[in-house]
Amino acid sequence: MMDAFTLRDHDAEARLFTGRVMVIWCLVVVAILVLVLRLFQLQVVEHERHAVQSDANRIQVQPIAPTRGLIYDRNGILLAENVPVSSLTIVRERVPDLDATLTALAELVDLTPAEIERFQRRLRERRRPFEPVPLRLQLGEDEIARIAVNRYRLPGVEVEAQLIRHYPFGEFTAHAIGSIRRIARADLERLDPVQYSATRYAGRLGVERHYEQHLHGQVGYQRVETDARGRITRVIDRKPPVAGKNIQLHLDLKLQLAASAALGDRRGAIVAIDPSTGGILALVSKPAYDPNLFIGGIDPKSYAWLRDHPDTPMFNRAVRGQYAPGSTFKPIVGLAGLNHGETNWERTIRDPGYFRLPGQTRMYRDWNWRPGGGGQGIVGMQRAIYRSSNTYFYDLGVRLGIERLAPFAAEFGFGERYVLDLPEAVNGLMPTPQWKRAARREPWYPGDTVNLGIGQGDMLVTPLQLAGATAILAARGQRHTPRMLLAADAELEELKPMSLNPVPLADPKDWERMAEAMSDVIHRGNRGYGQNGTAWAHIGMDVPYRMAGKSGTAQVVGIPQGLRHDDLELTERQQKHAWFIAFAPLENPEIALAVLVENGGGGSSVAGPVAREVLDAWLLNRLEGPIVAGN
Amino acid sequence: MAGRDFLHRLPDSELAFARRQAWLRRLHIDLPLLVLVLLVCGVGLVVLYSAVDGNPDRFTSQLTRLGLAFGVMFIIAQVPPRTLRRWSAPLYLVGLALLVAVLFFGVSAKGAQRWIDLPGLPRFQPAEIMKLVVPMMLAAFLAERRLPPRFGVLCGALALLAVPAVLIAVQPDLGTAILVGGSGLAIILLAGVSWRLVLAAAAAGLAALPALWMVLHDYQRQRVLTLFDPESDPLGAGWNIIQSKTAIGSGGLYGKGLLQGTQSHLDFLPESDTDFIIAVMGEETGFLGVMALLVLYFLLITRGLYIATRAPDAYSRLLAGSLSITFFIYVFVNIAMVSGLLPVVGVPLPLVSYGGTSALTLMAAFGILMAINTNPKMLRA
Repeated sequence: MMDAFTLRDHDAEARLFTGRVMVIWCLVVVAILVLVLRLFQLQVVEHERHAVQSDANRIQVQPIAPTRGLIYDRNGILLAENVPVSSLTIVRERVPDLDATLTALAELVDLTPAEIERFQRRLRERRRPFEPVPLRLQLGEDEIARIAVNRYRLPGVEVEAQLIRHYPFGEFTAHAIGSIRRIARADLERLDPVQYSATRYAGRLGVERHYEQHLHGQVGYQRVETDARGRITRVIDRKPPVAGKNIQLHLDLKLQLAASAALGDRRGAIVAIDPSTGGILALVSKPAYDPNLFIGGIDPKSYAWLRDHPDTPMFNRAVRGQYAPGSTFKPIVGLAGLNHGETNWERTIRDPGYFRLPGQTRMYRDWNWRPGGGGQGIVGMQRAIYRSSNTYFYDLGVRLGIERLAPFAAEFGFGERYVLDLPEAVNGLMPTPQWKRAARREPWYPGDTVNLGIGQGDMLVTPLQLAGATAILAARGQRHTPRMLLAADAELEELKPMSLNPVPLADPKDWERMAEAMSDVIHRGNRGYGQNGTAWAHIGMDVPYRMAGKSGTAQVVGIPQGLRHDDLELTERQQKHAWFIAFAPLENPEIALAVLVENGGGGSSVAGPVAREVLDAWLLNRLEGPIVAGN
Repeated sequence: MAGRDFLHRLPDSELAFARRQAWLRRLHIDLPLLVLVLLVCGVGLVVLYSAVDGNPDRFTSQLTRLGLAFGVMFIIAQVPPRTLRRWSAPLYLVGLALLVAVLFFGVSAKGAQRWIDLPGLPRFQPAEIMKLVVPMMLAAFLAERRLPPRFGVLCGALALLAVPAVLIAVQPDLGTAILVGGSGLAIILLAGVSWRLVLAAAAAGLAALPALWMVLHDYQRQRVLTLFDPESDPLGAGWNIIQSKTAIGSGGLYGKGLLQGTQSHLDFLPESDTDFIIAVMGEETGFLGVMALLVLYFLLITRGLYIATRAPDAYSRLLAGSLSITFFIYVFVNIAMVSGLLPVVGVPLPLVSYGGTSALTLMAAFGILMAINTNPKMLRA
């Protein structure tokens, strides 16, 4: 076995070996030093960075949505509450195979195609990463149990307990208090991304929108430790959210329901205001819709139905519907004439049934004009109001001129924003020569002023504006900006006293005389043909309190010269809109209101009884009868 | 007391020491080695207890395996080195046969064909045995010839090394192939190959790197690429290395405390009780804890090399040196890979990572070292 011809030098081999071992031992030392330096680099030099990374790995900050503030009516009845629901949500980023997950879920929960479609639509919308997307809003107990048992094979599927907004009176308060909607793309730009990091819904309409920042509250957060699969292992710390502020409205639910009932199934609007505060007691727009549908996520078919319905249930007529005020504008024209000395309570005119501008042949007709006759004879201011004489106010309008009439009307909020906290409210239109030049590129004709004298022509008002103006009439010129908010848990800007100057009037006694004239509209009766108030026969014969009112009709189509309104064959949608404004009790009014019935016809006959019913409800039956939730 | 017996004038303590030495020698136990191995195993069990994350089965299973491995160490320690030397060639041939058998009849797991299932025996990896048998074979082969080896002998030794290393590499088990290859190259180096040849071979190896690249599996190439830029695929291939570096780095100087590691206990760290266990230790015991373990490893290796220099014959020297160096390759490759210095290869941290086979071969190697150190009267061949 040995090398036959050479002797081995065992000592030399051992020395050589020891030398090699020493070299290798040195290499080992160097290699270990490399490891030590590497560990020193990671654990001492870069420690900070890795520690941060390690925390970032495991610690996630989860925002916690605050509980939305409640909304009460003036008597403490809840109009907007929060109810707990368990909803089925999916975190798309955690689902490996969405179709498989949906198929598996469909075996556990009854998923309608509409729900799946809505879910898919929401997935496509812009949203925050890792935001749970709702699939099914309300889960039953057994469904929750079935999902819990199968959770292990459904990553990304979560059952979330959450509070959602609920409007117990549904469509009865929809237009009054507005509603919230799921935060969508457009909202992300106006909402604070931090404050809304956990919030899914925000006020979109009405009071819910105006007081959004107070109702919403302050976001809280919890820092949680999660494992590599995103499961929460413990909560490290927690800053609880601050619940939103509760608010109380001037709205009286019972009056709201009574007003809704009074209007019945007709299209229209009612706004009732407390003249001493500007507080809106009722705000009805019909038809309405159930805002709760939108919170659960409305299916496209129902939404399309609501959107495309000819009666436009989602349109808030009370604050956005713009109509000619018609004869309800006459008391204001009258006050303007008195204020500027163009007329007084003694002055009279002869009413032949029409008015003609000097040198023109066009006839501006009175409502009782007949070919070859009509007219109300001798008419003074008071009679012009209770008989609603057009001729008198055509004349007075022309005497005043648009330069004096428009600014005076603006004092009552026409053409202006005259409401505190209803964001959708529109301003209507108080036409002026400047406006007409800009909008129509036409000069102002004297005939425009004639029409304006009886609230026709281009003038537009909303029911809210007309109710606001009526409240000023009722308060004898005192102005209180119409408002929804009565009280709140916090000191809101809107609750600070705001003093508006009264509407200036040369002789303040004229307020009282105008109120008297308006009360004749209701109460002056049994005086024979042509002597009774226009509304007496319809509502005035048995009123147990003293009220003031004024009817109005707003023409929808123009009537050719020589024809009477009744001569035209009009479709339902071409019928006149019926107005009635009223306040009561006469001496110390507690309520002022405006009623609009779209295409209703006669103001006194159609809108008058509605107004009377609302006043009765407020003044007579105030604390009677149980409240029944709408749904 | 003094002076009664001249022969026993040694102080009592030294006398007891001498007696104990003789007693340990009869049992073929090297006390420093035993103490160091026990210390490393103790540290390893503590870290493993944390790493298995309250899974008592895995912990007791490892405890049992270590106990068994200690038994194997004591048994091997009783085998005289000359017996080992006689058995080297037959064992080598059996090992090669088993490696070939694995290629055809092996059992696959995790995408590699490494295990062999013989009736009546527990499933095992033949490659693991080769970690011992290849150094034995090479030591025997070289010790029979004049050292330093001539070129022809060297080529023969390289061939003896290359065949099993390639067979293991194609399973594929790059980690074991590196360890087996390393053990063989260590022997060749220890045998006294001229440094000129070593440098030439190293240069040739560098030049052959592109060729090696072509041979690598896709996943292996990915691992190499990941080493240089782990952030390129942080959730895929880079995940392991990012998480282990984060775990080690976040431990800082003193660590987060035993059982307090968030990276491992929240499952961010993969393979936390096997190949990546040093990251658990780094996270929980910090720089100082890892340093302590490195010191133990260093002392263990130094003791092994010391035993090698003291060995009475070339076979024992080469074998002891090779086994010690292999042990160090384990330590270095594992820690370097977990800390992001080397690509990820499947090399466990010796005596600490969970796993029975590697503990068994390692302890057998320590048994061989003990046998070499306690058998001075071997005939010089």
